[in-house]
Amino acid sequence: MKKILGISGLLLFVFLVTWISEPRFATAYNLQNIIRWSSLFGIISIGVSFVIITAGIDLSIGSVIGLSGCLLPMLLIGAGWPAPAALLAVLGVAASIGLLHGFLITRLGLQPFVVTLCGLLFYRGLARWLTADQVQGFGGAHDSLRQLATGKIPLTASFALPIPFLIMLFLGIAAALFLNRTIYGRYLLALGNNQEAARYSGVPIERMILLAYVICACTAGLGGILFALDVNSVQPASQGNFYELYAIAAAVLGGCSLRGGEGSILGVIIGAAVMRVLYNAINVLGIPTQLEFAIIGTVILAGVVADELIRRVAARRRAAREAAA
Amino acid sequence: MPLLQVSNITKRFPGVLALNDVDLALHSGEVLAVIGENGAGKSTLMKILAGVQPPDRGDIRLDRQPVRIDSPRAAIDLGISLIHQELNLCDNLSAGANIFLGREPRRRRLIDRDAIHRQSLHALQRVGLDISPDTLVGSLPIGRRQLVEIARALSTDARILIMDEPTSSLTGEEAETLFAVIRELRASEVSVIYISHRLGEVQGLADCVLVLRDGENAGELSADQITHDNMVGLMVGRDVTQFYARQAHSVGDPVLEVENLVVPAWPQHRLNFSVRRGEIVGVAGLVGAGRTELLQSLFGIAPPLSGSIRVDNRPATPTSPIDAIRAGLALVPEDRQQQGLILEISLRHNVGLPGLRHHRQTLGFADRQRERADADRMIARLDIRTPGPDQVVQYLSGGNQQKVVLGKWLALEPCVLLLDEPTRGIDVGAKEEIYRLMEELAASGVAILFVSSEMEEILGMSDRTLVMHEGRITGQLERDDLSEEAVMQLATGKAA
Repeated sequence: MKKILGISGLLLFVFLVTWISEPRFATAYNLQNIIRWSSLFGIISIGVSFVIITAGIDLSIGSVIGLSGCLLPMLLIGAGWPAPAALLAVLGVAASIGLLHGFLITRLGLQPFVVTLCGLLFYRGLARWLTADQVQGFGGAHDSLRQLATGKIPLTASFALPIPFLIMLFLGIAAALFLNRTIYGRYLLALGNNQEAARYSGVPIERMILLAYVICACTAGLGGILFALDVNSVQPASQGNFYELYAIAAAVLGGCSLRGGEGSILGVIIGAAVMRVLYNAINVLGIPTQLEFAIIGTVILAGVVADELIRRVAARRRAAREAAA
Repeated sequence: MPLLQVSNITKRFPGVLALNDVDLALHSGEVLAVIGENGAGKSTLMKILAGVQPPDRGDIRLDRQPVRIDSPRAAIDLGISLIHQELNLCDNLSAGANIFLGREPRRRRLIDRDAIHRQSLHALQRVGLDISPDTLVGSLPIGRRQLVEIARALSTDARILIMDEPTSSLTGEEAETLFAVIRELRASEVSVIYISHRLGEVQGLADCVLVLRDGENAGELSADQITHDNMVGLMVGRDVTQFYARQAHSVGDPVLEVENLVVPAWPQHRLNFSVRRGEIVGVAGLVGAGRTELLQSLFGIAPPLSGSIRVDNRPATPTSPIDAIRAGLALVPEDRQQQGLILEISLRHNVGLPGLRHHRQTLGFADRQRERADADRMIARLDIRTPGPDQVVQYLSGGNQQKVVLGKWLALEPCVLLLDEPTRGIDVGAKEEIYRLMEELAASGVAILFVSSEMEEILGMSDRTLVMHEGRITGQLERDDLSEEAVMQLATGKAA
């Protein structure tokens, strides 16, 4: 809970500083854009947080986004599949990728870092080969389907809620319920903290870890679909590049520990929003875009350092209280 | 005048007063044994002397001068060296490199290998170790590694050696070598603080015994007072015979039947035994006799290679703990913090974890009402001292943590309870409560199989005792035949 307050504070701080320096930041148009992109990144961050909770990592997210972003227009436009079939097929590919990762990690005992690093390379190469590096898009077709990513629901005369926000909201609520209220979520948190003790308690370790990688790959596949629908011109070589790092950073900012066993869905979503607000602030404030990565890196580091310092002060106070008691 | 005078040391950890006004005096060239039950505060006191932890308050004088030992470095500079229970050597380095680790002699800014060789050879000879300093530590047996560690301590001009359970993993022969080295050190005016559970050793070695109990001085024994009964009396603080609640009572039909079981760790042996309803069966043996491996196999952690296990007349050979739990087994494992509990989550979630599967609702939602009720029930039944069910278990004391482990299994009402060293590292009061609980459970028809390395526990609690030696069950002793001698005979493989 404290973590969520902290990350919310950071979000508010960046938001207000930018708004005060540049009032145009808070126009309805800009806010809608921020919300849309935060939601898209929120979706993939929710997925990766499940993997991080098991003390694992998924580096292949960006490449899965690239691959599924290429597959969707290829199936819809190139092969002429109907939309539901194409969507299911893309999600099916993503799910099989997750299954493969989970299988290699749990059955062969390979390290998640290595498995998904190889995935990062492989799926990118596959996407570029399948498309012969040609830009993929929907042209003017499938406008109704593209509404999933670009559509808005008007709330007031000037402000409309982007549809990706609703998708993210639905996924977020489902993920939060799954993590905190079902036995499977409990299992994930338990085994992330102490795999051995979880095993001694009858937790099906391997199946749960496998599930986490499937969830992660599926949200990456869904993210890939939405990003492709949004941009309408998918570069096989670059679509989704670095997105796994944004997602991991959002999860860490949002309170997931890379040691596993810790994480809240709400925190992760706010973490994703912080990343996007920062990115947007850099543009709006006219900061040289070359500094983009440097600034995002600095803010994340500052957040993590502050969190650690607060934790230490709290631990010292606790120790002092115990000694006084 | 003592060489080392420690007065009024107090140290508090979250939830437990580890040391309360403890005093200790050590004379030059003396072997002082520090004994006490698990959790009595021995290790904490030694860590304070070695600069690993600071005391909350207290006074330490060395040669009458007050000293501050605020880091392991400071302790070494004062001539105090701790030989750890878990050896602190790098297996991938040579004996010489280990002896000078962190203080390598230099020549022209590079490590002076010749000096290391020369000086470590001398140090190794002092502990009677006839090996080359270039020998890789990883290739030495445990007993010799320990001597390397002592050589390291001596090479820092240590005047006081602290040894924490030095013989716990040594063979009898290795231990004898160690004792000979300690006697020689004593003759050369080195003082030794010797921590051990093995009272026989203490009797043969110590000039003086300090007994700790529940973090306080329980008494001191001078050379002529060091007897087994005196030591046990001070450690336990009451008459030993009243400590165990065990009464003979009727037992029922076999509940756990094990036939020709082959445990992965010892594939050459077949194990056969059974435990009956309401029976408490102890498993005795030396460390490494295969007792833990037996329990782990029964519980599906290391599934058996072959053989049959029946629980309540139904086949129950497990392939995973999930199978074993379904068959009605429960295991309280040896390592409470690593295997028994998830320290970072609440008591309620720990107690609820094994039962989640059995009480799940539609779509896999957890039955939180049931979980809360189970936690409350166990807190009351086991008298777990906690601020509430939402307390994170790492802040509970060892005894209360162990009760949480018991609670999480009792909530499932198992018909066979496997306990691996159930009272390790917990205070005397909690021990007694766990014995009483075992008694109650047996009376209610639970079959209990418990592994213990504490002879008194085996003698006090078991209706029947299985003794293991190198992966085999070397004998079964009924209550009437049970004696320390009989167990030791079987445990060392002397009898058939």
